[in-house]
Amino acid sequence: MAPASNPWKLVLPLAVFAAAVGAWEATVRLQGIPPYILPAPSLIGATMIADWPLLRASLLTTLGTTLLGLALAVAGGVFLALLLSLSRIVEYSLYPFAIVLQVTPVIAIAPLLLIYMPQDVAVLTCAWLVAFFPVLSNTMLGLQSVDRNLMELFQLYGAPASRTPLALFRSRLKALWYLRRPAALPAFLTGLRIAGGLSLIGAVVAEMAAGSAGAGSGLAYRIIESQYRLNIPRLFAALVLLALTGIGLYLLLAGLSHRFLRRWHESALAPEK
Amino acid sequence: MLLHPMIEPASPLASLHGITKVFANGVTALAGFDLDIRAGEFLSLLGPSGCGKSTVLRLIAGLAEPTTGHVAWPGSTHEDHRSEIGFVFQEPTLMPWADVADNVWLPLQLRGVSRHDARERIAESLSLVGLENFAKAYPRELSGGMKMRVSIARALSLKPRLLLMDEPFAALDEITRFRLNDDLLRLQNDLRCTVVFVTHSVYESAYLSSRIAVMSPRPGRIVAEVMGETPGSRAKDFRTSTRYAALCGEISRILLEHMAEERG
Ligand SMILES: Nc1ncnc2c1ncn2[C@@H]1O[C@H](COP(=O)(O)OP(=O)(O)OP(=O)(O)O)[C@@H](O)[C@H]1O
Ligand SMILES: [Mg+2]
Repeated sequence: MAPASNPWKLVLPLAVFAAAVGAWEATVRLQGIPPYILPAPSLIGATMIADWPLLRASLLTTLGTTLLGLALAVAGGVFLALLLSLSRIVEYSLYPFAIVLQVTPVIAIAPLLLIYMPQDVAVLTCAWLVAFFPVLSNTMLGLQSVDRNLMELFQLYGAPASRTPLALFRSRLKALWYLRRPAALPAFLTGLRIAGGLSLIGAVVAEMAAGSAGAGSGLAYRIIESQYRLNIPRLFAALVLLALTGIGLYLLLAGLSHRFLRRWHESALAPEK
Repeated sequence: MLLHPMIEPASPLASLHGITKVFANGVTALAGFDLDIRAGEFLSLLGPSGCGKSTVLRLIAGLAEPTTGHVAWPGSTHEDHRSEIGFVFQEPTLMPWADVADNVWLPLQLRGVSRHDARERIAESLSLVGLENFAKAYPRELSGGMKMRVSIARALSLKPRLLLMDEPFAALDEITRFRLNDDLLRLQNDLRCTVVFVTHSVYESAYLSSRIAVMSPRPGRIVAEVMGETPGSRAKDFRTSTRYAALCGEISRILLEHMAEERG
């Protein structure tokens, strides 16, 4: 994620995008395609402005669910990863379940969650569930990826004088803080980037599942609603907002990752000239 | 002769006695291993790959326990000897996320010395290895030889009485290795510490050591000892001297003899 030093890297995709939008506009106008089949980009823009109060509220709802889900996933994932890395017993007894839940498409339990919980809680739970496991598994991987020699160095210089359980635990905490935490950062940030995208997907899927079940106000609900009412321009406007949310989230997390890793990690280095 | 007495000092710094090391998978790495480390010497452990040299260093450092036999520390209690050991691994083993100064700080940090209080020690260690201008650099911005020197500076930051080095220069080119060899000798002279140096290079051991212990193939034990050049009498052009050439010849001969014996 080095800043694009080559201007073409920015100009070319923008040109392609502009050309595609232009071709879309021209096709709709020349062929006289009705807006309930395919609205022109200009009409989508106009709808966006006209329906902004409504769309804004929906955007804030979805964004709030996504960010809160992500935050809870990070808190839960990191906490559990730390717990698992500190105690073998906890790791052996819990990690298999984490894997089972990870390989199950948890999104499919959204309808079930909607039965058991108030709707907004169910949507949030869904976003949390899908974002949780990438954070957990990546953080765990990171915590385990400390150089073996570095751990031995730690044993040599930082090992406790006494071998009581408490002293050993404190030495584990110390190793966690000084070695595992920084070593886990790249993997954690990768998990965070994946989780950001998934959290949005989780929120959208749950909103869609909820949309048919009752009242809702998120962007995905707007899409379903617009579909029923054949308000296709508004459907497109909501879609554009969802895409922008995804892009914004990605850029934010990628920027965060770059900010933390740029001095030392291979993934964040600019290519040599 | 009186100036460089060859008689053993009364009590060694550390003494490994009757050591056997059998790993969990049944591999016997060391059998009947005896070795005294004398205060102030530069001892090289020379032997073929897999003979147990690294294992010996790990036993001395207390990173592994011998299956039988024991490591004794006459003159200091077992508990506090660790604080007197500096360990340099075969790879630099630096923390990539920390700059050079913070890497050197690590042993002190783990001992509870704050960054502020450690400042002088860090600067001192870095200047000993000639890296005082690179305190703010990150490991990836350094060459292989510089990383190795940071690793040595880190081991020196605790002012160890005993420096354990596991083939520290094996991955470096000849020119860099020669320079670091000289740096190391100067360091030992300045700090008056004891060095146990693992290598599989006959030439390196002949150049550096005041004593060379030759090990047999696995299971490793000491099969021969060669006295090297005493530190005080080392000439500036030692590397081109006939004494050095003779030492290399003698060590090579002993090594070949014992390898042939094992096979025959
Ligand atoms: N943790 C371990 N578990 C099982 N076997 C081991 C372990 N560590 C070392 N060994 C075995 O013990 C023997 C000695 O290993 P060691 O690393 O001490 O050799 P070395 O002399 O340092 O070799 P090299 O010069 O290649 O570094 C080897 O045969 C190795 O396979
Ligand atoms: Mg080795």
